[in-house]
Amino acid sequence: MEVKIKSMKYEDFKDNEYIEQLIGELKASNTNVVVGCLDELINWGRSNSLWPLTFATSCCGIEFMSLGAARYDMARFGFEVARASPRQADFVMVAGTIVHRMAPVLKRLYDQLAEPKYVVAVGGCAVSGGPFKNSYHVLKGVGEILPVDVYIPGCPPRPEAMFYGLMQLQRKVKVEKFFGGVNRQEKREKVFGK
Amino acid sequence: MANIQQEISGFLPEATFVEGAILEVAVPDAKWHELALYLRDKLHFDYLVSIVGMDWGETMGCVYYLTSTADNSQISVKVETSDRENPLLHSVSDIWKSANLYEREVYDFFGIRFINHPDMRRLFLRNDWVGYPLRKDYNADPAVNPIRLEHEAVDDVTHAIVETEKGTLEERTNTIFAPEEFVVNIGPQHPATHGVLRLRTSLDGEIVKKVDVYCGYVHRGIEKLCESLTYPQTLHFADRLDYLSAQQNRHAVCLCIEDALQIEVPARAQYIRTIMDELMRISSHLLFWSTFCMDLGGTTAFFYGFRDREKILDIFEETCGARMTFNYYTIGGLMADLHPDFQRKVKEFCAYLPAKLKEYHTLFTGNVIAQQRMKGVGLLSREDAISYGIAGPSGRASGWACDVRKNHPYAMYDKVEFNEVVRTEGDVYARYMVRLDEILESIHIIEQLIDNIPEGDYAVKMKPIIKLPEGRYFRQVEASRGPLGIFIESHGDKNPYRLKINSACLPLVAGLDPMCRGGKIADLIAIGGSLDYVIPDMDR
Amino acid sequence: MFDFSIVTHWIDNLLRSVMPGWGALLVEFVLVGVALLLLYAVLALFYIYFERKVCAFFQCRLGPNRVGPYGIIQSVADMFKILIKELISLNHIDKFLFNLAPYLVIVASMLAFGCLPFGRGLQVIDFNIGVFFLIAVSSIGVLGILLAGWSSHNKFTLIGALRSGAQMVSYELSIGFSVLTMVVFAGTMSITGIVEAQANGWFLFTGHIPAIVAFLIYLVAGTAETNRGPFDLPEAESELTAGYHTEYSGIHFGFFYLAEYLNLFIVSGVASLLFLGGWMPLHIPGWESFNAIMDYIPSVIWFFGKAILVSFVIIWFKWTFPRLRIDQLLKLEWKYLLPLNLVNLFIMVLVVIYGLHF
Repeated sequence: MEVKIKSMKYEDFKDNEYIEQLIGELKASNTNVVVGCLDELINWGRSNSLWPLTFATSCCGIEFMSLGAARYDMARFGFEVARASPRQADFVMVAGTIVHRMAPVLKRLYDQLAEPKYVVAVGGCAVSGGPFKNSYHVLKGVGEILPVDVYIPGCPPRPEAMFYGLMQLQRKVKVEKFFGGVNRQEKREKVFGK
Repeated sequence: MANIQQEISGFLPEATFVEGAILEVAVPDAKWHELALYLRDKLHFDYLVSIVGMDWGETMGCVYYLTSTADNSQISVKVETSDRENPLLHSVSDIWKSANLYEREVYDFFGIRFINHPDMRRLFLRNDWVGYPLRKDYNADPAVNPIRLEHEAVDDVTHAIVETEKGTLEERTNTIFAPEEFVVNIGPQHPATHGVLRLRTSLDGEIVKKVDVYCGYVHRGIEKLCESLTYPQTLHFADRLDYLSAQQNRHAVCLCIEDALQIEVPARAQYIRTIMDELMRISSHLLFWSTFCMDLGGTTAFFYGFRDREKILDIFEETCGARMTFNYYTIGGLMADLHPDFQRKVKEFCAYLPAKLKEYHTLFTGNVIAQQRMKGVGLLSREDAISYGIAGPSGRASGWACDVRKNHPYAMYDKVEFNEVVRTEGDVYARYMVRLDEILESIHIIEQLIDNIPEGDYAVKMKPIIKLPEGRYFRQVEASRGPLGIFIESHGDKNPYRLKINSACLPLVAGLDPMCRGGKIADLIAIGGSLDYVIPDMDR
Repeated sequence: MFDFSIVTHWIDNLLRSVMPGWGALLVEFVLVGVALLLLYAVLALFYIYFERKVCAFFQCRLGPNRVGPYGIIQSVADMFKILIKELISLNHIDKFLFNLAPYLVIVASMLAFGCLPFGRGLQVIDFNIGVFFLIAVSSIGVLGILLAGWSSHNKFTLIGALRSGAQMVSYELSIGFSVLTMVVFAGTMSITGIVEAQANGWFLFTGHIPAIVAFLIYLVAGTAETNRGPFDLPEAESELTAGYHTEYSGIHFGFFYLAEYLNLFIVSGVASLLFLGGWMPLHIPGWESFNAIMDYIPSVIWFFGKAILVSFVIIWFKWTFPRLRIDQLLKLEWKYLLPLNLVNLFIMVLVVIYGLHF
């Protein structure tokens, strides 16, 4: 089984092994046909309608704005409606440096997002702390406080790179399960043990 | 210069002087407030550019940079205290309003408390932060300040140290918000704050009664990081400060270091730097237009502005290889030569943009709703602009001719002809128009230079390790949002002893409160948009 | 022109032949309800797509084009997602009112939607105070918005709700008066009556100056009623994050979202009903062959075509103008639109009395 999305060929993605591994996990859990079809339908809806939260702290935020602007136009993919309220957004693009003072705020924003929710770490700072790694006030990547789904490196990443990352997120959403065993929420609890 | 020196020593015999590019006066703390009043009222040093907190090991203190708006002469004042446990200095926040936030910043970084300052809270770091990070003996162990995921307590009262008439010191509390006030928390995550600024706003219905600014939500500690990096390495942070004037920021750092080393930058590099600076200014003002219109609800304008900004980014990308953080200027010149298409594309762009600007004016400026939203809103008088240190386009909209390109020309600015756009209304509309008119001036500057770029080297060969001669250097350039000052104190090492970035944006938010009072919430958004601050620049 | 009442009567007779009258009525209620709901959902989805594409073209973009051909099922995907998104239950809120609010909003727009004449004979209910009923039910929506803002226990939503209250109450007046103007002109409050009266020329043309003024006022006030730009203060994104529905997630938010677009359709539907002849084709007295050709176009297409055209204008407003400030918004209504409206009503009365119309 391949995870197909319309925007890009399967072979053109770089880390198909990861997606295949996720599919393997899905297959191992034996879904019946009806539930499987429903899942596919739901995942189709979800993956084609990922609404970002308007969240940006620094340089990457401007590139995120270019992503929505005329030349790159993320509306094409269904990422159109950037919601300012976290309740209505599907994923948060952590675009920019996250510092100690911002960490609780970001955590709260994440908690306010409604399930299913995803985190995309954009840019060196959100991935690892970037050029400010050694600073006293900067988090070494947003992964320290949130479960990250997709990392997009770059300083700041080009809009094309952001699209690539978002398409990866779409693919990841497509191999999820709404019904039955491998629900996302459970998986996260396993990871974070809370 | 000698004249000022005489006048000061006539007023205060114990002052000592160090001559340099900028005259430095050292005064004892007890006399500082007195001298400050004298400097402002008698010698017209009415613009406090910066307060640089310093930790010299045995002593701690501040270096104040002052500029006279009458003749643009500069002076610096050094005040120090040898008490490291409980350092106290006298506040000048009653003399220059911009000192209010600057002194809070010094308190935040160095723990120096200011007597008679009404509001001694931390500015950038959390209330419960342990230690003062820019002190040389700061304990950087992450265990001392772990990542805290609980919210910091919000305090509505502040503590101040007040000198009584008898000369004794007394702790007092000042109330920011009374318990019965309706305080709305705008930010740090809010679409209109242009990043992560937090404004606690007291409202009476729709009317704004008071705005209290919280910074530091993207404070990255660049100044401390620079102290452990070599000079060429520090350049990279400049691009990431105010990413919308990346080239100018880097220009400031380069200029400061080149000044200290007394390097002559090749003419070709000077030309290219000037062109790049102006292109950057255009792109920044275009982004201002886009986001400002979006703040006022004109969403389509956002897309038009970005469409034209992309064209500049294309030009940058060909030469510098990046869309945002260019890393293009180096000490002594440039990183690489121009792309062969550069001149042609820039000329095309200069021909293209004025027509688009007309379109902008028809779409937005001329609109009745937009006019009503902008005119007469957020008034800022010239005196207030100077006192709050609100320079740059926002200051020029209040009638203060504060363009560093005119007052202290650098690169090619003394050889090109351009007008300093100054308006006198001081409202949102003036700030908006100043920026749009500046785009035309920038095009004018570029047109004068683009055909005359001289052949030759684009950079002077520099050694990878640069050591600056001992001393204090301060250099300003006109970034897109106002003067960006770089202060370097060198002790002769390969890395700076202290590097301070004096951002143009911090004074802007200081002026937010007086401008917004009495306006509506929508005015707060419009004023914020018209000031066009960039949060990472003020937070550093 | 095909009369849909043939179909409805046939169904009615069929049902009455197999069951008692009350049973037939019950079945009809259910049928009508389901049909309306379906139409409601499809129209809302279409409008979401329509607005996105239109604004994309205003903004030199392409708009959605990945989901389905030209992205036409983009809004279906969005609704799928919203349907199954988590409903966050909050602490410190008035749970009953919080949950009630989106239903009130959607019920109000549903009721108003039900009154519209979609085509010849294609109308759910036709009674002599149809216009009155329409105005009455459409103003229930503001209650939902006020409740949503109040019950969310959030300062932003509260400000948004109060803004919305002030705005709706003010602009309801303008809507009411401009509708009243047309009612005076038509001489009836029955929706069918109004449409029939336009058989020989739409009111916008036959009523000339007062009708055109009323139409313009109606457009402005209608835009304000639907909370759309430049009057989108209650949800002013750059000021109040998402306004009164900041705290709503999942399908509750979906209701607000759908109702917003459907209200756009209702406002433009009523505009086409009152000013552009509803489902009546364009007739020009004297041009018999032209009128005959126009009659070939089905009435449903006439109605939806006109409604979408008016919606396009309102969408155009939104994507061109900046937002008003609250005091300017109220000033516009109370100082300019209301007096103008009263004068206009007076002129219309004179026009009707002296028969100065076409």
